[in-house]
Amino acid sequence: MIDILRDYGLILLVGQYPQGPLGGLAMTLVLAALALIISFPLAILVGLARVSTWVPLARVAAFYVHTVRGLPLLLVVFWAYFLVPLIGGKDINATLMMLFALVVYESAYMGEIVRAGIVSLPSGQTQAARALGLTTPQIFASVVLPQALFNMIPSILSQFVVLVKNTSLAYVIGVDELTNAAYQVNGQLLTKPFEVYGLLAISYFVICYLLGRGVSLIEKRIMKKRSGSGAVVVAAVRNQPA
Amino acid sequence: MEDLLLARPGYFALLLHGLGITAKLFAVSWVAALVVASLLTAIRATSSKIAQGVIALFVEYHRNVPGLVQIFVWYFGVPQLLPRDWQRWINRNDGEFLMAAIALTLYAAAYMSEDLRSGLRSVSSGQSQAARSLGFTYTQTMRFILLPQALRNALPALVNQTLALFKATSLAMMIGVAELMHAVRQMENETYRTFEAFIVASICYLAISYLLIYAGSVASKRVAMSKR
Repeated sequence: MIDILRDYGLILLVGQYPQGPLGGLAMTLVLAALALIISFPLAILVGLARVSTWVPLARVAAFYVHTVRGLPLLLVVFWAYFLVPLIGGKDINATLMMLFALVVYESAYMGEIVRAGIVSLPSGQTQAARALGLTTPQIFASVVLPQALFNMIPSILSQFVVLVKNTSLAYVIGVDELTNAAYQVNGQLLTKPFEVYGLLAISYFVICYLLGRGVSLIEKRIMKKRSGSGAVVVAAVRNQPA
Repeated sequence: MEDLLLARPGYFALLLHGLGITAKLFAVSWVAALVVASLLTAIRATSSKIAQGVIALFVEYHRNVPGLVQIFVWYFGVPQLLPRDWQRWINRNDGEFLMAAIALTLYAAAYMSEDLRSGLRSVSSGQSQAARSLGFTYTQTMRFILLPQALRNALPALVNQTLALFKATSLAMMIGVAELMHAVRQMENETYRTFEAFIVASICYLAISYLLIYAGSVASKRVAMSKR
């Protein structure tokens, strides 16, 4: 395993970069980070739509969320592979398609986290805001969302770990990320699949474990900060395999 | 009408075959995962620190490594460590299915055992004390008193895991198991009717997902009624 790391470690880490495009672990993390950053505002919109009192909007959002949750990510990736070129022209690269699939998928899951965060706020908050004469947009913008989002930070961050794992499916459409890099290394070595894939598993394990640890540290700090105020901390939604 | 993808000769049969393999893979892994998860939970509830540590590591591995990579490790990697005759036996006996089933079983079992563990924690300690004072052994207490109640408490979480496992069976396509996604990809490759093929796949997956969710909610209601 050490010799594989010595010979191919750089490829697993950054792909062909700087001679070629970025790949390997770096691409995995970039994809996951971009997907998180883009899905976050979308998830807030989905969450707001889900709790909207305007029924058609709430229905559409519910349909979106339930559809995505009923489909395997792999199928969403294939859908993206087919749909994104239709929207954006023929020369869209696979990375963008994967990003699209991840954003569509994660916005639904994170939208549910946002919804849970909003619903779990004590209703006295909205009532008090209304009694003070705030309008509905004002209530959401300055009373409900700031509190709900703060409580949701751990769940949203846990979602980053899920995203890192989910990027492994980018391999299917040929994006040069960590799993793909390992697949190529295995193709060159041919005789050591256990070492190569074992190394791949260990890499994901170390990264996701450390990220998860970081998230629980943050969670504890938030719990401590919130324990006096009686606010409900939304439980981390970690149980979501790819 | 005859221009519909599924109306073409052989394609409906292909889809049914894929659905059958998906159902088989899901059923086998689900049952096995529930058994493994129960065992892990029971062992973890003993006071052996070593067993607890090993199981904790097992769970963390499966929580932090993508399902696809786990399937690759089992399909490409593990056979390398086995004796020659075993490798040959695996190759002759549908190794793709076998390895995918093992990987999915362990993957789901790790998540399910976490759910069962929190289910177990919510069973009041008086239950096991009463069982022990009635003369039940540890195994009997686990099997007849604690695990059934843990299962009941963990039911909603287990329904989620069931759905996740069902969706994860699609990953088996990547090592060549001829399941639903594989069948749809084959249709798409042969006809270039991408849109139709993916619509068919989406309808199949959604229908089964909703069926599982419905079954889960029926089970939850029944369990809620049986609760005193």
